[in-house]
Amino acid sequence: MDRRKSIKSIILGGVAGGLAINGCKPGTEPEAGKEEALNVDEKHFGRTPEEKELIKKLQAEQFFNEHEMATLGVLCALILPATDTYGSATDAGVPDFIEFMAKDIPSYQTPLRGGLMWLDSKSNKEYGAEFKSATADQQKEILDAIAYPDKENPTYEQQFFSLVRNLTVTGYYTSKEGIEDLGYKGNSPNVWDGVPADVLEKHGKSYDPEWVAKCVDQSKRNVMAEWDDEGNLIT
Amino acid sequence: MQIKESSTIYDVIIVGSGAGGGMATKVLSEAGLKVAVVEAGPFFDPKNPEQITQLKWPYESPRRGASTTRAFGEYDAAYGGWHIDGEPYTQKNGSKFSWFRSRMLGGRTNHWGRISLRFSERDFKHKDVDGLGENWPIGYEDVRPYYDKVDKLIGVFGSKEGLENEPDGFFLPAPKPRLHELYYIDSAKKSNIPVIPSRMSMVTKKINEDRGVCFYCGQCGRSCQIYADFSAGSCLIFPAQKNGGQIDLFVNAMVREVTTNEEGKATGVVYINKEDRKEYGLKGKIVVLAASACSTARILLNSKSKQHPAGLGNSSEVVGKYLHDSTGGGMTGFIPDLMNRKTYNEDGVGGMHVYTPWWLDNKKLDFARGYHIEIWGGLGMPSYGFGFNPNALNEFLGEKVGGYGNVLREDVKKYYGAMIGFAGRGESIAMESNYCEIDPNKVDEFGIPVLRFNYQWSDHERLQAKHMQETFEELIHNMGGHVLGDIPGKDKDYGLLNPGEIIHEVGTTRMGNDPKTSVVNKYEQLHDADNVFIVDAGPFVSQADKNPTWTILALAWRTSDYIIDQLKKQNI
Repeated sequence: MDRRKSIKSIILGGVAGGLAINGCKPGTEPEAGKEEALNVDEKHFGRTPEEKELIKKLQAEQFFNEHEMATLGVLCALILPATDTYGSATDAGVPDFIEFMAKDIPSYQTPLRGGLMWLDSKSNKEYGAEFKSATADQQKEILDAIAYPDKENPTYEQQFFSLVRNLTVTGYYTSKEGIEDLGYKGNSPNVWDGVPADVLEKHGKSYDPEWVAKCVDQSKRNVMAEWDDEGNLIT
Repeated sequence: MQIKESSTIYDVIIVGSGAGGGMATKVLSEAGLKVAVVEAGPFFDPKNPEQITQLKWPYESPRRGASTTRAFGEYDAAYGGWHIDGEPYTQKNGSKFSWFRSRMLGGRTNHWGRISLRFSERDFKHKDVDGLGENWPIGYEDVRPYYDKVDKLIGVFGSKEGLENEPDGFFLPAPKPRLHELYYIDSAKKSNIPVIPSRMSMVTKKINEDRGVCFYCGQCGRSCQIYADFSAGSCLIFPAQKNGGQIDLFVNAMVREVTTNEEGKATGVVYINKEDRKEYGLKGKIVVLAASACSTARILLNSKSKQHPAGLGNSSEVVGKYLHDSTGGGMTGFIPDLMNRKTYNEDGVGGMHVYTPWWLDNKKLDFARGYHIEIWGGLGMPSYGFGFNPNALNEFLGEKVGGYGNVLREDVKKYYGAMIGFAGRGESIAMESNYCEIDPNKVDEFGIPVLRFNYQWSDHERLQAKHMQETFEELIHNMGGHVLGDIPGKDKDYGLLNPGEIIHEVGTTRMGNDPKTSVVNKYEQLHDADNVFIVDAGPFVSQADKNPTWTILALAWRTSDYIIDQLKKQNI
């Protein structure tokens, strides 16, 4: 069985109870009967009944109005615009995430809403247009003034921008696209056998053979552990 | 009386289903006894598809893992937390004790750190070394056979090191260090600080037919669906049921008190069924309390009768006293050499692959007891909060902080995995003046009087925290790194965390030979009622610079063997 394929099927495979993964190094055959069953259920993410109820309730509410959502969409795409490879934060659904968080953490509501209004006021005054309708250069001019917060005493506009930037970056990098963009490779069954050799080399590190001797021999991970009377592992 | 009584008389009623309750359930049911397990929370099985959070992605939740409903993030396994609606607790004299409760089958074993350390002979007799606290009435040789059995039953990885205060066991092999852990090893070497493979209860090699072998997702805090980490449900209670044990599981059942008869012996418990909000009674020949140190003290103090006017087991007035938690301090460093990392899957086991046990001689220091160092870092899975202040570290490179646009993407990648963190977890001195008691003015939503905490750290703990800071700062500098954030000074107790925050609270029903100064004897049996036992961390006389779970498990097994022996001899 190709471990990589089997892992992929677990992640992408939809509702599939009892998919088998094997616990061995790539390229080695698992021993018969040594497979582990995984239950994959994409409908659930482990919520208690009370937690499900809360999510349902929050999702049924709408905090930002249509104009505010549109402004957020423009703002998030300015904070993380599309690249050749990946879409913008807005493409990754960040405004909807911020809408949810404003309901989940109500202390975000006033600073976010007030900040969005400030963007419009500023833009109306300077350019005679709402922020979302101003030109990209005009929008950036407004942001340039608030995007580098004063370390000691950030203004409320700067605090607003920092909050939106935090939510935008976290929303993006917790999305499917963002995780791929970042290059995070985990959250999947695998067999850890140490830092890759090229990485060790790049960082000038190496494994002490004495230390490695205490570590798991992954080719024998499915062999039942047995010890002698002194606690020495003999299998 | 309106309490609904069951006609069944159990051999044993076990209150609580965490490490101690789970172990008692397994050993006593497998001895053929009819057991009732009473758990305050719902049923939980880490492999139940509706309860699994393991291997879920942040985007499967609209809040991306934020901690709104669970203290350690919404994918953490614990149902409960520091604050539970309808179950308050109060403080006295400006105390800031934090009390974490998991309301679920398996309790806190579902999400704990799995750091599984044995106490040494010195840990049991530390008063002999420095005159502080009290000695245990038992020593390492009393507990060693049970540590051995726990190792083999549950599985703990580690390495034989021959260190006097870190007794070796029957270890599964350890996982290899991650990259930041290799940096740590080199850094510690420069300061003559030892580092050894961690000792944690994940199955890195097959241990029996019921348990899977770790697949290195790094998510033990979410509880493992293939039972490759230890939790009391998956490793103790479910196997006991499978082995044909007569076990009645009562869930969502909040125990109010232990009932007693004219002779002062326990006759059972009264609990509130959370579903219909009515009181029920259970009858048993023996009651084993394993509700957690503070919950057990609360139950005892609320079990007042003519025979036990100060509360069951409290003729000494020691119940609730000598409450102590591990000390905690921490520091985070930015390591420029770890910038711009190539990414690969280094999730590993849930937690550290290496650690530092206490290494110094307190005779040469200005505080009494030691601490061990836990290490974190690496290329972790993003969750809510990832990327906040995405380029704050620019400050260390003399670059502008803030901005927007695709430069942020570069900054996030540049700093991903470039942080290392240390947590010191140490021993505090058990003191009579640190305690929990019943608050006479408040009840919870079940009408049960709540706990009130009185707890102040002493200079032993404060100066230990100061030492942690100095050590961590040196370790970060050894790596060419920068300390993040301000280093808290004397006015902030050198960053010493509030008591309770390390979730190692122990000592409220301490063990001893003298019924005037202790609550249970060396077999965790109440001095005042010989058919009541306590198998959580309440009986701990001192907590050592170790995490308490492995000792809870060993002592619960030892006590369960004693109960079986005493039943055979018809002594109880």
